[in-house]
Amino acid sequence: MLTVSIYRYNPEADDQPYMQDFEFDAQGRDVMVLDVLEKLKASDPTLVYRRSCREGVCGSDGMNISGKNGLACITPLSQAVKNNKLVIRPLPGMPVIRDLVIDMGQFYAQYEKIQPYLVNNTPAPAIERLQSPEERAKLDGLYECILCACCSTACPSFWWNPDKFIGPSGLLQAYRFLADTRDTSTEERLAKLDDPFSVFRCHGIMNCVQVCPKGLNPTRAIGHIRNMLIRSAT
Amino acid sequence: MVTSITSLGRSGLSDWMLQRVAAAVMTAYVIFITAYLMVNPDLSYEQWRGLHSSLPMRMFSLMTILSIAAHAWIGMWCVFTDYVTVRLIGPKATIVRIFFQLSMITITLLYVVWAIDILWGM
Repeated sequence: MLTVSIYRYNPEADDQPYMQDFEFDAQGRDVMVLDVLEKLKASDPTLVYRRSCREGVCGSDGMNISGKNGLACITPLSQAVKNNKLVIRPLPGMPVIRDLVIDMGQFYAQYEKIQPYLVNNTPAPAIERLQSPEERAKLDGLYECILCACCSTACPSFWWNPDKFIGPSGLLQAYRFLADTRDTSTEERLAKLDDPFSVFRCHGIMNCVQVCPKGLNPTRAIGHIRNMLIRSAT
Repeated sequence: MVTSITSLGRSGLSDWMLQRVAAAVMTAYVIFITAYLMVNPDLSYEQWRGLHSSLPMRMFSLMTILSIAAHAWIGMWCVFTDYVTVRLIGPKATIVRIFFQLSMITITLLYVVWAIDILWGM
């Protein structure tokens, strides 16, 4: 039997958050952490978490699994169980709404800041704005981000200044639009990033790279933004 | 964009660049002094004083002192703005942070002036 320890907090009923232990029999199968939660929820319907696609695409079920942020739906027990125990907590550093559900407001506010859409005020061509295969290739490793918040909530700089530091996820997306040859607002985008917090609060800790469930590298994207700022300002 | 009035360069890029240049100067100084001491195992006081009396060495030492000051200012500013915040310690944080920042800036400048006095008062 596997012991599953889950963070529980219902602000309407509990004074304090607490850890609740459940027993789970995986019957020797290497199921995903989300499968465990689904089974436990069947026995205790008050357990609350977000989920949707159950295949690592929607980014809903980001949580802290045995100390490491990840998506419950694509994290197998074999990776998450330590000493026959599975510990599940909400993503760290964010306000908890209930159990494993966090308030993502601050995370989305930072995402909104970087204007996550193409800006191009030139007349639109008849069919589409074309890119060469090489120009398109620059977006690989950037566009795949699913905004699960695993990276930003693993970043100490984001824990301390979530209102000022854009965070790894937002900066990965910022570079996605800075690198896009169809976007014409590069200088305006860069001008908004040259303060001591937005980009430069990144100290290269690289927790973001370690936890990204899509295998992306926000630290490298932040390095590219820094290089663009240097080119623009010197 | 968040502006800042107590960071050294007022801009993230400027602070970042300053800190890298300062680190390079400090590394060069440590390598030079270490190499000098290794090459001169029987160093006399006169020889050591002679080294530090020369203008190039005094300039190198002053550059290193200024680099330490800049590096410390930027680094400590980051520490204060990470940990002495309203989010972490409550509404008194702003006044506490300003006190720490101004104290750090004052102490740093005092050390710089003292170092200049030592280097050019020899």
